[in-house]
Amino acid sequence: MAVIKLQRPKLNAGEKIYFGALIKGFFLTMKHAVASLRNKTRGAKDMESSGLGITMQYPEQKWDEHLPEHYRGAPALVTDEQGRERCVSCQLCEFICPPKAIKIKPSEIPADDKWAKVEKRPLEFDIDMIRCIYCGMCEEVCPEQAIYLRKDYAITGLARKDMVHNKKKLYEIGGVRVGLVNKWNELK
Amino acid sequence: MLLILAKVIILTFVVVLPLVPISVYFERRFSAIIQDRVGPNRVGMPLTLLGMKKDFSFFGLVQPMADGVKLFLKEDFTPAHVRKAFYWLAPALTVVPALITLAVIPFGSDISIAGQKISLAIADLDVGPLFIFSIASLSVYGITLAGWSSNSKFPFIGGVRSTAQMISYEICLGLSVVPVLMYFGDLNLGKIVQYQSQHGWLLLPLWGHDAAHPLQEKLLFLIPAFISFLIFTISIFAETNRMPFDLPECETELVGGYHTEYSSMKFAMFFMGEYAAMVVGSALIITLFLGGWSLGPWFDQWAAGLAIGSFKIGGFLNLGVFLAKLIGFILFFILVRWTVPRFRYDQLMKLGWVIFFEAALVNVFLGALVIAAPTLSAAVIGIGAVLLLVLCAAVIWVAKVSEAPAKRNSGLLLQD
Repeated sequence: MAVIKLQRPKLNAGEKIYFGALIKGFFLTMKHAVASLRNKTRGAKDMESSGLGITMQYPEQKWDEHLPEHYRGAPALVTDEQGRERCVSCQLCEFICPPKAIKIKPSEIPADDKWAKVEKRPLEFDIDMIRCIYCGMCEEVCPEQAIYLRKDYAITGLARKDMVHNKKKLYEIGGVRVGLVNKWNELK
Repeated sequence: MLLILAKVIILTFVVVLPLVPISVYFERRFSAIIQDRVGPNRVGMPLTLLGMKKDFSFFGLVQPMADGVKLFLKEDFTPAHVRKAFYWLAPALTVVPALITLAVIPFGSDISIAGQKISLAIADLDVGPLFIFSIASLSVYGITLAGWSSNSKFPFIGGVRSTAQMISYEICLGLSVVPVLMYFGDLNLGKIVQYQSQHGWLLLPLWGHDAAHPLQEKLLFLIPAFISFLIFTISIFAETNRMPFDLPECETELVGGYHTEYSSMKFAMFFMGEYAAMVVGSALIITLFLGGWSLGPWFDQWAAGLAIGSFKIGGFLNLGVFLAKLIGFILFFILVRWTVPRFRYDQLMKLGWVIFFEAALVNVFLGALVIAAPTLSAAVIGIGAVLLLVLCAAVIWVAKVSEAPAKRNSGLLLQD
């Protein structure tokens, strides 16, 4: 193992006296203080700060418009443009989910249904948002592109059962996604 | 008797103790804006609970009160392994000295009711600064006892550090004010401020020149006065365990330092003691160097003449000036805390013993020479100056020689 000997930097007399650096430090901190009082902190504009420093003050100002494209919020189910469920209840997301937040009860689509082409859709689809870790594995594993992580992040509730998103709630958050999905592909 | 009691109660509980939460608030807000943050700005009157549209927040000024209530309501836990009597005594021993020293600080000029003069200092002692030094250094007992009685390693190290730090800085603290006290020729803080009000502040001698107090003499004395100010201020920082010297409680090394094992109000007492010591320290610096309650002779004379009937209220205006200066100096304390990184332990000791002790000692002679200069012949002044220079050179030489040549830092490895 090579031994690297480090030499302490040699200080000149001015640096040893230390007061110059102190005064420079005072100027630096005061510059920051004045800048944050005048709302001129670097980056304050981009962050839409509250007018004091760079901080965005939460309930009044929110991240929403500043969320990056890759932000992973609450997972949700999506329908296609005709209002058909994309999920085939294959349960892959349920099995891959690391904290076991997803519970699916599959069911058949009755033959007299308007969309009776495929055999299955979820009867119940619950995601326990207390357990969910927003890892995005469900989105990654889904063969039908039916589950997506949206940008909702303020998931709150007054009781544990409020924190379980059921199927209705999931479709409400998810909304519509356009694009070809295997399940409803007429040529298949 | 009743008057003294009223003064004690009003000056401690109405004037100084509220300064503690206010300085905590300023500490948090000022540090926040230095770091581009906002700081506590929410706690106020929750008017929305009463059905109104908006909360009223007072810029968060109620935050320290909320913190106090929180500390009151916390569990006051005494660990099983502590030495109980001392463990309970220690917090009181840190707060009480800080509050006792307030007794001699002149908060304002005299007020008078129907011809009866009332000074705005609790005790008009003729040994003001000495009283403060002797009592203030007692607060180290609180910290040391807290460290020892907690019976666990981090508080213990904190307590030991505090003792060592206090010993090394007490000397410069005392020596550095000697030239100042020689200049005033008085140990009564009230009279010192009175003098500064008439003849200019020690660090700002801009008015009140006459034959007995010529301008050039004052300007010449600025040199030892400024050295005194520097050493005294820095020693006060060490004495109050403020940031560049907060080794007894440095969070990064010692968890919480001497108050690691304390909770609830006992912890709050340490907290209060620290801030009260800061208030007293700033008050002493302002009184000795920055003119105490005076704001120039014009203002002081106008305030002295101000009266409602036979009730002269000028003293209260001076009290306001004093508090404004005090808060200004506390803001400086806070600025230093968020600017200067903590000293290492050996650097701290070296600064105290090798640099400040000698500098203060030389400064005593320098101050004496400057004060005595008008009555001495040129030859004597010259000899004195040369002697001082030789003394300075000798001190620097000794400091240089006594410094061991830097060894390679090999930790536990054997040196070759």
